[in-house]
Amino acid sequence: MSEDSVTIEVNGTPMQARKGQMLIEVTDANDIYVPRFCYHKKLTVAANCRMCLVEVEKAPKPLPACATPVADGMKVFTRSQLALDAQKSVMEFLLINHPLDCPICDQGGECELQDLAMGYGRDVSRYSEGKRVVKDKNIGPLVQTEMTRCIHCTRCVRFGDEIAGLRELGATGRGEHMEIGTYVEKTMTSELSGNVIDICPVGALTNKPFRYSARTWEMVQRPTIAPHDSVGSNMDLHVKGHTVKRVVPAENEAVNEVWLADRDRYSCEGLQSPDRLQAPMIKQHGEWHEVDWEVALEQVHDRLQAVIDRDGADELAGLAAPWATLEELYLFQKWLRGLGSANIDHRLRQHDFRDDDVAPAFPWLGESLVDLEHVDAALLVGAYPRKEQPLINHRLRKAALGGAAIMAVNPAAYAQNFEFAETCVVAPSQMAQTLAAVAAALVEQGAVAGDALRGLINNVSVDDQHRRLAEALRRADNATVLLGVQAQAHPEFATLRALAGEIATLTGARLGYLGESANSSGAWLAGVLPQRGPLMGTTPGPGLDARAMFEQPRRAYCLFNLEPERDCWNGREVIRALTQADCVVAFSAYDSASLREYADVILPLALYAETAGSYVNVEGRLQSFNGAVAPPGQARPGWKILRVLGNRFDLADFDYDSAEQVRAELADAITSLRPGNHHWQLPGSLPQAAAGSLERVTRMPTNSLDPLVRHAPALQQTVDVADGHAHMHPDTAARLGLAAGAHVRLQNDGGSVELPLALDDSLAPGCVLIHATHPDAIELGGWFGNLEAGGR
Amino acid sequence: MSESNESIELSAHVREQIDAWVAKYPPEQKRSAVLSALREVQHENDGYLTVALMDAVAGYLELPKIAVYEVATFYSMLETQPVARNSVSVCTNISCMLRGADDIVEHIEKKHGLKLGESSADGRIYLKKEEECLAACCGAPMMMVNHKYYENLTPEKVDEVLDALE
Ligand code: SF4
Ligand code: FES
Ligand code: FES
Repeated sequence: MSEDSVTIEVNGTPMQARKGQMLIEVTDANDIYVPRFCYHKKLTVAANCRMCLVEVEKAPKPLPACATPVADGMKVFTRSQLALDAQKSVMEFLLINHPLDCPICDQGGECELQDLAMGYGRDVSRYSEGKRVVKDKNIGPLVQTEMTRCIHCTRCVRFGDEIAGLRELGATGRGEHMEIGTYVEKTMTSELSGNVIDICPVGALTNKPFRYSARTWEMVQRPTIAPHDSVGSNMDLHVKGHTVKRVVPAENEAVNEVWLADRDRYSCEGLQSPDRLQAPMIKQHGEWHEVDWEVALEQVHDRLQAVIDRDGADELAGLAAPWATLEELYLFQKWLRGLGSANIDHRLRQHDFRDDDVAPAFPWLGESLVDLEHVDAALLVGAYPRKEQPLINHRLRKAALGGAAIMAVNPAAYAQNFEFAETCVVAPSQMAQTLAAVAAALVEQGAVAGDALRGLINNVSVDDQHRRLAEALRRADNATVLLGVQAQAHPEFATLRALAGEIATLTGARLGYLGESANSSGAWLAGVLPQRGPLMGTTPGPGLDARAMFEQPRRAYCLFNLEPERDCWNGREVIRALTQADCVVAFSAYDSASLREYADVILPLALYAETAGSYVNVEGRLQSFNGAVAPPGQARPGWKILRVLGNRFDLADFDYDSAEQVRAELADAITSLRPGNHHWQLPGSLPQAAAGSLERVTRMPTNSLDPLVRHAPALQQTVDVADGHAHMHPDTAARLGLAAGAHVRLQNDGGSVELPLALDDSLAPGCVLIHATHPDAIELGGWFGNLEAGGR
Repeated sequence: MSESNESIELSAHVREQIDAWVAKYPPEQKRSAVLSALREVQHENDGYLTVALMDAVAGYLELPKIAVYEVATFYSMLETQPVARNSVSVCTNISCMLRGADDIVEHIEKKHGLKLGESSADGRIYLKKEEECLAACCGAPMMMVNHKYYENLTPEKVDEVLDALE
């Protein structure tokens, strides 16, 4: 037995425990149930509810199991008369002020208080006094409050402090007047706010959009994988009849622990959007007609075949979303390659494809999610994980609280929920310079750079911040350099990649990528790329990438599960190319006016809860799921549609009976594939910015990421959506002669828009930040680049 | 109440006072000064705190706003609403309750046309919402008026004390 192990006895059974562990941890580990309200294994111990009282030999009074450290030889009784009496009394006290109206409470049936009252409560209350009533608070569109039900366990308060890193809820007042709330009316802004619903043991905090729409016992639980960010959180769908009513996290320590980001929890509302397409449609002479699948697929065949016969297969291009399933993505490219086209891509938001030849097998985190907790230093480049991959941010936050130096090179000092050691706030055009300066600082500090790198960093000016950043990375035993969503969309991505890679090499750090979407990794492995087939296979090509296929317009396009004008880097170009094409086949879940403009055939698509499939997360973890509900109307899972299309075109090896069969062609290889990320190509020179110009910065707001989340009403009421404003540093606005409340006219070669000004002093000077996906800004074209500005 | 948009600065005097308090604690324990800070701010603002003032304290001490609201609403010497000039606290804890504190409260409420937690229309009397045991049980029932204790109360005695207030 090791030194820090002790033996205790619980209800007569001896058990091993670690010194310093709390009793409740030991009983939990041994499946002995001790009732509790305030204790939560992921939060600090508050010991304020007293529900967990147990008898400990030689102790004069019962002791709270959650706050009693084990000691060698301790004898504990969790069900003795003394323990039970204590627990019953606590329950009676808790119920003094708690309403006894479970039938009208949304938590009824899944309430820890209700459950324990069944076990420990009395049949009849001994109190006839009035109960306290607490006014409900409006804390935003996601979490419903019913504060009269609160038992002051403070789990939600500790959650804000310790997990969300944002103290929004608190306990104000004292004694009987104590209330949990925000004090002032305030919307919770944490991207993890929905988790308070799960940790609240009573019906005080519940799921607002779900409210009063089903009882737990009416629903069945179906496991699935979160469809938005690249974490791949495990979760359960709660299904009543044919509807996904709500989503809750499923525990997986290695992935999401017990948490779930709000986007993954609430986007299920988008499944029931009135915009969901119900039937296949074809456009004939400018008119849309609903048709059956037979006709629609025949039309796809005839129209595409006509283009291929007339202009060649190279006139066909296909763009699939990185949130499609692995099976869909794989069949999509297999189908298009079968038709003879290599113009296939999924990188909707990338613009710089110069180094495609040397890119890694698939850009991934370079480490596991759990590893992130143990870094000593991390450099984020063009990344805002708090809003882009909230549970990756949670791991980094834990590292930071443990003393790690988390640093960033970003176009803004984004609001974070923990302290960054350093943040270089620079305009996009200066990001490469900044990384070069960090590399130069490393060389100053004795690192040995190769000739190519030395040539590149020769003339950059190095300041103290660069030196501090370099030093922190150099000193760390366990460091990582992470390229984020904004870096990957950057017009000089290849340069950023190379410099980040060089910095990682010089400091012995790992290089990783923070993928944007659920299948950002999977799409690479499925071969939805112009230069490579599935699993890095060689194929004829290279074809046109996601940028070139619109800059060099094709005669026909196939679009899979995206709204291209919003989802692509340059919506304006995309729309132009689509409008001039002879045939656009759209596999889409949602109807829209612009879709009807450019599409010729629309095939209604099932979404994540409606199809079997898999995602590969940012660590390369393959996670599969089954459909939980039927898709609406005649919508069908993408793999089925593509399979039938394969047959229509008489392509070989397209006889799949299930998603599993499709997956089988990839799965084994994916599970064993962990390639290095150390692949890049140093450019000959650094990009230079034109002085004095106004630079556009684009950021993807959390709840605008993809069509599903954009169709989820509650999420659309949060602050994390595209606002269509021109955000500028106050100094930049002043230089342009713009006052708060003004409208700004922004223009470039291709178009001009007018947007309301929003002042934001976290932004790099000389920049204007516009949120991605907002329809008002589509006319401006690409996500980055120079703009001219004027007032109105 | 909703989130305050206006952000205000603490006066130079208050900042000086807070700095003096902050200096008494270790640098990473700035939050220890929150109670004294709120007292100083309240003193300068006619005896009560506003959301904007609490936010300013939060900003100054680098605390989450809610952490300041918690303290301000917990302590009975801090007010978060405008109140009358004289603060009257009748103890209603067990000893005083057994000796008729509830009658005393009712008497004051009737006579001055207010309820617990309210101020009288003439701006003279503020009847504190609730006061826990003030450690004068042997003289129960008792009340505290502007920090002075009055014991063995009867309605007559209460009138005498309150009528004499400015
Ligand atoms: S709202 Fe729920 S979680 Fe928060 S203190 Fe009350 S009972 Fe506990
Ligand atoms: S669970 Fe132990 S005191 Fe609340
Ligand atoms: S109970 Fe009133 S002073 Fe103690």
